[in-house]
Amino acid sequence: MRARPSEYELVAPGSLPAVLALLAGEPGSWMPIAGGTELMVQYGAGKLGARKLVSLWGLPELRSIESTGEEVLIGAGCTYTDLRNDAVVAREFPLLGRAASWTGSIANQNRGTLGGNIVNGSPAADSLPALMVYEAELLLASVRGTRRVAYVEFHTGYKQTRLAPDEIIRAIALRPQFAAYHAYSRKVGTRNAQAIAKLCLAGLAKTSGNQIEDVRLAIGSMAVTPVRLRRTEEILLGRPWGGALISEARQALETEVAPIDDIRSSALYRLHVAGNLLQEFLEGLFA
Amino acid sequence: MSKREVSFTVNGAAHTVLVYPMERLLDVLRCELGLTGTKEGCGEGECGSCSVLMNGELVNSCLVPVLQAEGATIGTIEGLAGASGLHPVQQAFLKCGGAQCGICTPGMVMATVHLLGHTPAPTMEQVREGLGGNLCRCTGYTRIFDAVLEAAGRQK
Repeated sequence: MRARPSEYELVAPGSLPAVLALLAGEPGSWMPIAGGTELMVQYGAGKLGARKLVSLWGLPELRSIESTGEEVLIGAGCTYTDLRNDAVVAREFPLLGRAASWTGSIANQNRGTLGGNIVNGSPAADSLPALMVYEAELLLASVRGTRRVAYVEFHTGYKQTRLAPDEIIRAIALRPQFAAYHAYSRKVGTRNAQAIAKLCLAGLAKTSGNQIEDVRLAIGSMAVTPVRLRRTEEILLGRPWGGALISEARQALETEVAPIDDIRSSALYRLHVAGNLLQEFLEGLFA
Repeated sequence: MSKREVSFTVNGAAHTVLVYPMERLLDVLRCELGLTGTKEGCGEGECGSCSVLMNGELVNSCLVPVLQAEGATIGTIEGLAGASGLHPVQQAFLKCGGAQCGICTPGMVMATVHLLGHTPAPTMEQVREGLGGNLCRCTGYTRIFDAVLEAAGRQK
């Protein structure tokens, strides 16, 4: 059943303070909407539970990418097109730029926002493993002020987050400290523009001689949230490179994640392909 | 909830419509302004049939609440042809046979106009990406992609 527009309220206060005041006035009763690439799909199908929405689209406070020297602050309202076109993102955080180019079609990249993608919390979202390996922090804003939360701790369950009812994500903070790292990411799916990922692996590593000195791995579409693969990372650190290390890392990965079975893929397929991607990443480090 | 006025420019003409703010831009274009060239396919942002330009950017109008179009400049398929005839992209689609049943065609044409606006001489890979959000169930895409490349040649 189609939604009836007369049953929904949508307001556009036009500034971040006005949005935050509205949220604070009636916590939990207003649903923020940015580019609508998720909520308007639910709305179109008559499945959007929220009846009162507040528009974040076009708020200038959320649409900039700024370098402060120590970190890069990406406004939560930046679209995937903004991310693809930004020179700093391309240079310092190539995995994020690449994930942006995989996320939906051009029309959806022109409307979908990084903040919306994070709050929506789909375990299959293309950019989330990249944010995890870059160790992003989220700036959460409310009338009470701004607090920081490590992105890796933001999702508490399937589509559950640590965002308070009166808060929105204002920006995503990333530290440009990975220039010396080998960056890898790969999405496995049927078609980038429409198909949601069967799985997506992001990896960063720094090598020294025949050893891995530092490594970060994160995977999407494998569990109810994107996952940082800390046990697999530990196995890989400071050990001599070789076939034995690859098999141990694959085994660690297989015990670390409990993949989901769903319409897009089976658990068995996901586990096997995740191991293949990990191996591809590792072999690339010493090729 | 009550209706409110929303103003925007469509194909160069200023309009003010009295609408519910969550009405889809697609429905307002078709039902309030009579611009039925913009089609609805899936209604969930996957097929691209409802593609229009909003402030120069390609968007799926089925996913735009009309309030977010307040003050925007909208371009639809009806705005492409000028006094001198069809737009070069439309001519290329005609010449190459880049249409069969026609439902996807307005969206394909709008996506092509957007692509060539950013990338005047696209590679086939760029054409595939630029039109990747537009589904066609008739043509098999080959003639559509031919039409895009033909249009790029014409616009050089």
